[in-house]
Amino acid sequence: MTRRPTGGAATRRSRPVLAITVLAGPFVLLFTCVYLVPLAYSLVRSLFRKQSSGIGIGPQTDVFVGLANYVEVVTDPTFWTGIGRVFGYGFFQIPLTLLLAMAIALLIDSRASRGRSFFRLSSFLPYAIPGIVASLLWAYLYVPQLSPVVQLVHSWGWEVDLLGNSWVLFSIANIAVWSWAGYNMVIYTASLQSIPREIIEAAQVDGANEWVQAVRIKAPLIRGQIVLTALLSTIGSIQLFGEPTILRTVTTAISAEWTPMMLAYNQTFGANNFERGSAVSVVIAIIAGVLATIYHKLETRGARS
Amino acid sequence: MRRGPGWGSRLAVNGALVLTAIYFLFPVWWLLVSATKSNPDLFSTNGFWFAEMNLVENVKDVFVRDSGLYPRWFGNSVGYGTAAAVGATITSGACGYVLAKFRFPGDRLVFGFVVAGLLIPGALLTVPLYLVAASVGLTNTIWAIIIPSLVSPFGVFLCRVFAQGAVPDEIIESARMDGAGDLRIFGQITARIMSPALATVGLFSFVGAWNGFMLPLIMLTDKTLYPVTLGLYAWQADKGQATYNLILSGSLVMVVPLVIGFFFMQRFWRTGLTLGAVKG
Repeated sequence: MTRRPTGGAATRRSRPVLAITVLAGPFVLLFTCVYLVPLAYSLVRSLFRKQSSGIGIGPQTDVFVGLANYVEVVTDPTFWTGIGRVFGYGFFQIPLTLLLAMAIALLIDSRASRGRSFFRLSSFLPYAIPGIVASLLWAYLYVPQLSPVVQLVHSWGWEVDLLGNSWVLFSIANIAVWSWAGYNMVIYTASLQSIPREIIEAAQVDGANEWVQAVRIKAPLIRGQIVLTALLSTIGSIQLFGEPTILRTVTTAISAEWTPMMLAYNQTFGANNFERGSAVSVVIAIIAGVLATIYHKLETRGARS
Repeated sequence: MRRGPGWGSRLAVNGALVLTAIYFLFPVWWLLVSATKSNPDLFSTNGFWFAEMNLVENVKDVFVRDSGLYPRWFGNSVGYGTAAAVGATITSGACGYVLAKFRFPGDRLVFGFVVAGLLIPGALLTVPLYLVAASVGLTNTIWAIIIPSLVSPFGVFLCRVFAQGAVPDEIIESARMDGAGDLRIFGQITARIMSPALATVGLFSFVGAWNGFMLPLIMLTDKTLYPVTLGLYAWQADKGQATYNLILSGSLVMVVPLVIGFFFMQRFWRTGLTLGAVKG
């Protein structure tokens, strides 16, 4: 990000302090109220614990406990099981979503395709459907009594239970693939269209068929976009909350603290333990930060080679 | 003239595209069909095709159930979405413009906020936001939903990128020569040039608030303040099977305006996705 070339107009004159304050002020103020203060406040709260004096009657007081809440979080098997689940979910969901998005983008971009705007719109349509509605819709499509799909599969003799312990993670991953593939496809399509046509034409002259063009030329050229979408999908995976919360209403395979975000929610509101809820949120934020850094490293290394 | 692709690859490419389209469209088709069925028919008739037409009764029932909560939820969703669209567009447009065109002490810090805000998983903020809202007495009020929705780091980022590319320094300078103040220049000239980016931010902010679930779930206990998403979840969680037909028609009523809007505003969706690489 270069900061030089655009500063010209303003810097030549004395700075319009009033205008800058009025224009940038509201965002800075709101950002402080909505991001900085809450994060700082929960960081502080996560170092305390409510304690009742004496035998548990009397008023509660806040006692400084250092990192004790964090120790409890990172030694809690529920937390790590939840982390395992969101990683398992991401491990399925991210490659499937991105591969499907890439496949559709490349198929539409290929010279052999027809009805391009129909296919583009149909894959992007799920993105216009609110996540909660998409989850409810798929939840019903997993319930055997309601779902024509499950009934069809059962009639073939495969008695799969999509809401059972062994399938439910895959079922949640499917909701994400369905919702997000089209969104990523739009990002890929835009980058594919920015590839200079001469490159593609040169490949055609050299006799590269559609498949070779797609896999060897187009896909590597939009590598940066792929890394970026993978990062965004990873951030989305860690905060998995809405889909399992909805599916929980139709299956017993999902517990109240099934994912780390559900754990944070349940600790804060179910168990009334704000301090633990805050600590869980902070640990998830740290994990997300580490993953973002790894992606950043991968990307810069890839760009150099 | 080079030879076009042969019929074999045409068949393979278009066949694969048809399969993906079926995957994306069949749940929507199922929603459309199911919203027209009575609750018993949902369980007893072919899911992929219409049975006895019950759509009008369903929608009526959606609107009067629980002494008319659904219309309130719908109004709330529209209200939350509009507040977010207007507020986030103004704050993001103004701040993005300043970051693109002015150097001032702390400008790097503000841009750092924007990038950090883009990378923080949104759900992680909800518990901290609740703690702060509770300590200032804002939980279970509309402000608990509206205030967080007025901030859009993505919007600022998008507006900054757009202003850098589309607003020429010469225009600002010549307006200054004519004696216009910087606030007037923004209000009357640059905001107009930036209108495609502003429309995109407004659209994304509206949809973000319209789709919101976790924040209202945490902040609100009064059912009359719920948005539609939370209301549908409450029906599903409280009454389950007995309200399946209501939830399906309620979902359809909620989805239709959005799908229509999204169809007509494709240009802005694309701007948002490609310029900003949005977070969801």
